[in-house]
Amino acid sequence: MEVADTPPVKQGGSQSARLRHFLWQSALVIAAGIIAAPVLVIISSLFQPFSDLWRHLLDHVITDYVVNSLLLMMGVAIGTSLLGVTTAWLTATCDFPGRRFFGWALVLPMAMPAYIIAYTYTGMLDFSGPLQSYMRETFGWQYGDYWFPEIRSLGGAICMLSLVFYPYVYLLARVAFAERSVALLEASRNLGHGPWRTVLTVALPMARPAIIAGVSLALMETLADYGTVDYFGISVFTTGIFRTWYGFGELTTAAQLAAFLLLFVVSVVVLERLSRGAMRFNAQNARAAQLRVSLVGWRAGFCCALASAVLIAGFALPAAQLALWVLRSTDSVDAQAFLSLVGNSFLLAAIASLCALLVALSLAYAVRLRPGRLATLTVATASIGYAVPGTVIAVGVLITLAWADNQLNNVLQVAMGSSGGLLLSGSLAALIFAYLVRFLTVSMYTVESGLSKITPALDDAARSLGRSPRGVLRDVHVPLLRGSVLTALLLVFVDVLKELPATLILRPFNFNTLAVRTYELASDERLTDAALPALTIVVIGLVPVILLSRGFTIGRGQHG
Amino acid sequence: MLIRLFLDRLKTIPLCMLLVGGFAISSHADQEVNVYSARQEALIKPLLDEFTVETGIAVNLVTSKGDALLTRLQKEGANSPADVLITIDAGRLYRAQEAGVLQPIESETLAAAVPANLRSPDNLWFGLSKRARGIVYAPDRVDPAELSTYEALAGPDWKNRVCIRSSTNIYNQSLVAGMLSTEGQDAVDTWLAEFVPNFARPPQGGDRDQIAAVASGRCDVAIVNSYYLGGMINSEDPQQRQAAERVAIFWPNQDDRGTHINISGAGVTASSKNTAEAIALIEFLTREESQQWYAEANNEYPVRDDVEPSDLLQSWGEFKADEVDAVELGRLNPQAVMAMDRAGWK
Repeated sequence: MEVADTPPVKQGGSQSARLRHFLWQSALVIAAGIIAAPVLVIISSLFQPFSDLWRHLLDHVITDYVVNSLLLMMGVAIGTSLLGVTTAWLTATCDFPGRRFFGWALVLPMAMPAYIIAYTYTGMLDFSGPLQSYMRETFGWQYGDYWFPEIRSLGGAICMLSLVFYPYVYLLARVAFAERSVALLEASRNLGHGPWRTVLTVALPMARPAIIAGVSLALMETLADYGTVDYFGISVFTTGIFRTWYGFGELTTAAQLAAFLLLFVVSVVVLERLSRGAMRFNAQNARAAQLRVSLVGWRAGFCCALASAVLIAGFALPAAQLALWVLRSTDSVDAQAFLSLVGNSFLLAAIASLCALLVALSLAYAVRLRPGRLATLTVATASIGYAVPGTVIAVGVLITLAWADNQLNNVLQVAMGSSGGLLLSGSLAALIFAYLVRFLTVSMYTVESGLSKITPALDDAARSLGRSPRGVLRDVHVPLLRGSVLTALLLVFVDVLKELPATLILRPFNFNTLAVRTYELASDERLTDAALPALTIVVIGLVPVILLSRGFTIGRGQHG
Repeated sequence: MLIRLFLDRLKTIPLCMLLVGGFAISSHADQEVNVYSARQEALIKPLLDEFTVETGIAVNLVTSKGDALLTRLQKEGANSPADVLITIDAGRLYRAQEAGVLQPIESETLAAAVPANLRSPDNLWFGLSKRARGIVYAPDRVDPAELSTYEALAGPDWKNRVCIRSSTNIYNQSLVAGMLSTEGQDAVDTWLAEFVPNFARPPQGGDRDQIAAVASGRCDVAIVNSYYLGGMINSEDPQQRQAAERVAIFWPNQDDRGTHINISGAGVTASSKNTAEAIALIEFLTREESQQWYAEANNEYPVRDDVEPSDLLQSWGEFKADEVDAVELGRLNPQAVMAMDRAGWK
């Protein structure tokens, strides 16, 4: 035992403790600062002069961007929470035929890149697609003779994004529901509340941090999405940023737009944290939560049908369409080149998800150990990259790294009289760094929402039993965090697998990934040829999903 | 004995020197050229591989969007590893020129191969292929005699009959920039005010989607780049082939300035450390066989006047191309986007 470790710490005198505290905080600030640098580069654009273009933007397009973005966010917030919370509640607290299968399968839509699901549904439901063509031929209709929902519309975009982003809510809410305190729910039932009222007034509020974290992630993804809204022709903030950059060639104005988007996200996040206030959501007894309500008869059938419908709409149908396209495409595929794509994608995703987890754990843990305004602010700064379109982050990373490289070069030039070219820019490390900047939020939210459910009393108990802070992490938190840690790994892995814009801009020479290949073919409007790499992304995404579901089951087993 | 051994040693010295020299030579033969390309891999790599086979110069490739590559090039500055920048539109070439990331190159081969209006006056960049933006129509609903110019699609006859993609798309921006250059701001504003309300639906999808929409009766005409129609004709997907069979292509503005064309092009970067190889590569991309390859692989038109386009392109007939300077397309791009914003073209 490590009982001997603690007393010296306690007796260590206030001076060395203060020094340690200072070093600890500095390390925290520096680490978060490096990760936040690319985002800060973007925000710093606000201090540059505003060009005349702003007048034009304000007069003609900005209202459109803002209104459509808000509508899209509202729609996706409603869509993802409905889908995510319902499915999470059913799989976490009820027993019905196929529950185990749905438990992990409902995560699958996440492996589907948003713009790919948009392509597949357009392929099926568009005016010139097979369904409407069939209807026209069968009934002798022409355009205007019948009504059919327009898939490429704001409503369509809300559906598409909700279908692929609800797993964020589902995953986080399910962990929260699974670890919910049965005692509280029973108390509620004993006080005469019916099951629905108990869900609404006790279970849902207790899962609030998790649900909000999930919806926030979904909304940030929504704000960052470019492929879907661009393809559907919807003018939102993201398309505005790119229109400003590509169309007007004004990177600074585009960065300023992105900075405003960032400020908006930050203020929403801060507001949410404030509204949470001093509420605590720690589950008192996580182990007693294994009881499930057994559903039979029509209730079981209904649950099964509901879960199936979500799974079919978000995964099976688009995957089937992709598979159909793969079969139709006879484009010869160079097996070796294709395998290297698979290898590259897998490697990047694995490394990045591990790095993100380590950084997230250290930051979240640092905040837990030494809470305070500085710590909270630092961590918040380090994790706002998610809401920014990947391309904008990539530009921030590009500027940061190129600057660092050129400084390094100057030093080398002076010291050794020769320059070594660019060390960081165009390296794989640059790419991993960009993923960290962009996806750290995902790990952070997941780990934090897991940590928030572990009552500090547990830490105190462990400390008083002689565990060092690290010992507490190892022996108490890690086992309890198992679900959150695995979830964080999975989310980032799949995100990196799908990630396109940063990969596209920052990758080294002669280095391609599945997402890059998918994008190149899709951007040339060769959807049938793009289907193979797209489907492969989905299939590789299955690997961690299955591992995760096994991890959950093993975790359960240990809990008894 | 000792002396002989010494003399033997001496003999090996030239051998050693030869080896070292050989290394030097082989590392010299290990020439390479680094390419930042906005042309996607499938539409450039085969040519680059061919170049390597013929010259022994290795080509390292990164593909991305034009503006992203341009930004990367700018931020990397003098230390950038890139030697050649390839873009898929004139606007980006102009931007690269303005950003000062390209260097002028002297090449008689290029001057002879690329017509003057398709390269920069200062020899900063050179067109590699031409992309024509034509009008696709449904022959069962539209008599080609009704068609004449882009401008004419603004008439009352075309109410709710026109499909075209978003004005965020660079090819639409270049089209309007070209019109701004020759017709002037007022004419373009008037045209846009009547043209945009004629759209059959809010702009959405890509060019192939517009062709499919014409084929299925959602609209009667669409303005698209012709190589997308070529791609559908040659597609493995029977749906795409069927759609392509139901439409025909028309070259507008034959009695005045000509059909709008854009170019893909290339330049040598200012930071290039392999300038000779970079020039050799661009020259390779404009030689006859390469020029034919663009047509065969992607139905683009050669920039060289002395190269015949592919059979498919010839079957669409010859047409008069707008000879507006490619520089103008880039220079007027921001004004074009503003004009489209004002007209409410999403």
